[in-house]
Amino acid sequence: MSRWRRPLAKLRIELHVNGHKHHVEAYPMARLLDVLREQLGLTGTKEGCGEGECGACAVVLDGELVNSCLVPVLQVDGREILSIEGLPSDGHLHPLQEAFAEAGGTQCGICTPGMILASYQLLKLHPHPTEEQIREGLAGNLCRCTGYQKIFDAVKQASQRAAGD
Amino acid sequence: MFQTVGQPVPRKEGREKVTGQAKYVDDLTFPGMLMGATVRSPVARGRIRSIEFPNGLPWEQFTIVTAKDIPGQNSVALISDDQPYLADGFVNHPEEPVVLLAHPDKYLVEKARQVVRLDIDPLPAVFGIEESLAKEHIIWGEDNILKAFAIEKGNVESVWAEAAHVIEGEFRTGAQEQLYIETNGMIASASPENGITIWGSMQCPYYVHKALLKAFPLAPEKIRVIQMETGGGFGGKEDYPSMLAGHAALLAWKSGRPVKMVYDRAEDLAATTKRHPSRTRIRTGVTEEGKLLGQDIEFVLDGGAYATLSAVVLSRGAIHAAGPYQCPNVRIRSSAVATNAPPHGAFRGFGAPQSIFAMERHMDQVARAVGLAPEELRRRNFLHTGETTATRQVIREKVNLEQLLDRALDLADYHAKTKVFTEQNQRSRMKRGIGFASFMHGAGFTGSGERYLQSVAGLEALADGRVRILASSTEIGQGTNTILAQIVAETLGINYDHVEIPRPDTNEVPNSGPTVASRTCMVVGKLLESAAIGLKQTLTKAGLLDEDYSSGEFADACARYAERFGPLKSYCQYEAPPGIHWDDESYSGDAYGAFAWAVYVAEVSVDTVTCEITVDDFVALQEVGRVIHPVLAAGQIEGGVAQGIGYALFENVVWKNGRMANSQMTNYIMPTSVDVPRIRVYFEETPYEYGPLGAKGIGELPIDGPAPAVLNAIENAIGLAVNEIPLMPEMLMRARERGNVPVEAAVG
Repeated sequence: MSRWRRPLAKLRIELHVNGHKHHVEAYPMARLLDVLREQLGLTGTKEGCGEGECGACAVVLDGELVNSCLVPVLQVDGREILSIEGLPSDGHLHPLQEAFAEAGGTQCGICTPGMILASYQLLKLHPHPTEEQIREGLAGNLCRCTGYQKIFDAVKQASQRAAGD
Repeated sequence: MFQTVGQPVPRKEGREKVTGQAKYVDDLTFPGMLMGATVRSPVARGRIRSIEFPNGLPWEQFTIVTAKDIPGQNSVALISDDQPYLADGFVNHPEEPVVLLAHPDKYLVEKARQVVRLDIDPLPAVFGIEESLAKEHIIWGEDNILKAFAIEKGNVESVWAEAAHVIEGEFRTGAQEQLYIETNGMIASASPENGITIWGSMQCPYYVHKALLKAFPLAPEKIRVIQMETGGGFGGKEDYPSMLAGHAALLAWKSGRPVKMVYDRAEDLAATTKRHPSRTRIRTGVTEEGKLLGQDIEFVLDGGAYATLSAVVLSRGAIHAAGPYQCPNVRIRSSAVATNAPPHGAFRGFGAPQSIFAMERHMDQVARAVGLAPEELRRRNFLHTGETTATRQVIREKVNLEQLLDRALDLADYHAKTKVFTEQNQRSRMKRGIGFASFMHGAGFTGSGERYLQSVAGLEALADGRVRILASSTEIGQGTNTILAQIVAETLGINYDHVEIPRPDTNEVPNSGPTVASRTCMVVGKLLESAAIGLKQTLTKAGLLDEDYSSGEFADACARYAERFGPLKSYCQYEAPPGIHWDDESYSGDAYGAFAWAVYVAEVSVDTVTCEITVDDFVALQEVGRVIHPVLAAGQIEGGVAQGIGYALFENVVWKNGRMANSQMTNYIMPTSVDVPRIRVYFEETPYEYGPLGAKGIGELPIDGPAPAVLNAIENAIGLAVNEIPLMPEMLMRARERGNVPVEAAVG
């Protein structure tokens, strides 16, 4: 008797990622993280823990920040996904990307895509966040390098720049 | 004075990182690539009877590697080469690798990993420092001692009779996980004809190169190691990558196909190295006035099952054990002992956070015994220029610890707060406290280490005036790419953007030594500064460049040199600064070329009902020589302080028979954005004569101070002396219940 059983058959799933429509064949319970990385080649989304603790795999799904390691691809059929690759527009970095690079908000860089997307959601909610709001807003994204201080600075800088525009 | 140094120039690889374009090893795939997995020992110690592959899986599709498949030496080359790549006959710790598997389907290989059955006869195992020292079971060598040595200055036994006070204490620190957010990972391609190529996450490409050279029958040039973007290291990617690269290469060698091995978080936590747990006992004799007469220190580290790096972690820990104090009689007896846990390894600080925790907690207790304020006791004993450390190293740098202490305490508003807290705490459930630690951290390899390394780094001037850095020093987030380019740009007087630093590849760059030990800026930076001076001189002597020149003239000179003579390269090899002497036999002399000096102040509040501890403010003041990049330097300190607060209050490795029981981020807790205070960072810059543009080392320093400063602040808040970390609320509650100083009595 085989102890190994094949998973359910693959499904055809439609994803809208960074404004582009994709069709993939995937097992329904495949992680969105793996589909993005392996089938769409969007490797900017990172795996840090695989259990929804670290936020390195965060993407924006229909306007909500989710950990893509916890999202079965079945659930995103026909829905809008924003990953780090979709943040720049017309070849220009998003103000948050500029600010993270300038203010020291990125060190090793592995948490950075998720951290920037979490900051993006935070600024949608609170365009001029207090430090407490920044801390709360990023509490689901772990960074081991920075001690978070320069990340707070980067978010403030981006928020001020957006206000200046 | 400077154009580039001291300026917040853009991080070299910053754009790739904020756009998600930076390539980490798991972002690579190769045609025909297999996925590798590791079958690990379920027991702490035992004899392997058999390895079984139960029916039901298509085993003929798998590549299977055991110890007998290793073509060369079955041990990871490091210091004493005692750790096998794959257990052969016996296992010595839980999670020890026994069998390697590879298959194109990553789900199937994971399934296979779970069903391979290791039949192992358990043998008696040893857990923790006490069991190892009891020697009831000998599990390593003749006496369980991986390494032992003593440092002696004066005669400590002579002081006890004349001392006005003799104070004793015992201090313990737990294991700590580096917790880089990118787990360990490697890809290998390998064949006898083409040799081996490794792409991976690592700190030390030439360590991996050296290890593979012993495991495979290949000439050095047939082994190529390429560092991919590395998502944090903190020491955790110093030694382990040699093991993992070996595993991936063994599977690739046997299968003839590229093999990727990337650990998931649970495997990385359970199987790879951590900070050594420690026990330190200190006995101090002081005069009536609080002058140190003698310190007798016993420092013990739990090294785990194999020797790996324990000898050198022990060495750095022991050398830092006596702190930044002038004491005429010091004895430090140190040992690293074997236990049946996965080997403990390198982690930022490398033994020093353990021994400094002990000394800085102890100094507060000495102060209390003498009846002095903690700052006054330290002020009476600080090291000065011209005085000697425990290893009898004469401090030649200009150091003024009294001034550093005064400034740090001022910045933290220490005196006023001490008064206010004492007053407020009497009426409040929340008790607030403030404490500090004063300490130093040596930069570069210990003792003769840099002399043995003989590191080489170089520069290549391209025909268009751009300059490429040739070094194997790795960017792991700390800013190597940026600061080395700044040093070169400054020395050559050219634009920072004209200096490039390619990805370390052992086929392309010389061995500039491992990226460890706070050595990259000070040691490798200095090599590059010298190489840059050499480059300039070559162009000047060839008559192509005047003494004063513009960026454009430099580019013209490079172009004409290339036309006439071909490629222009300039290399420099390490030479010790003059007057540096170290004796390996007696463990005495100049342990480090230079030290960074620091005073860190922590402010805490303790909820006396829930025992929750919050760090409310943190001042980190340090003297590190010239600061090359203000934003990156502050980032190093802030990250180190946060990691140090985690070490003190959050990060608890739960051991069950030598195995980490909480190998998940869900239950091994590191500080989040709401757990860290504002970390206020200040630098003093006393240029170091033998550092590049005056710089010293900085990377490890910030993890030494937070734990003792926080615990000193907790004692200040609630009057309870806790000498063990991590200190989580439930541990504080227990400590209070059995407490030597009842909380109410202390504050009432």
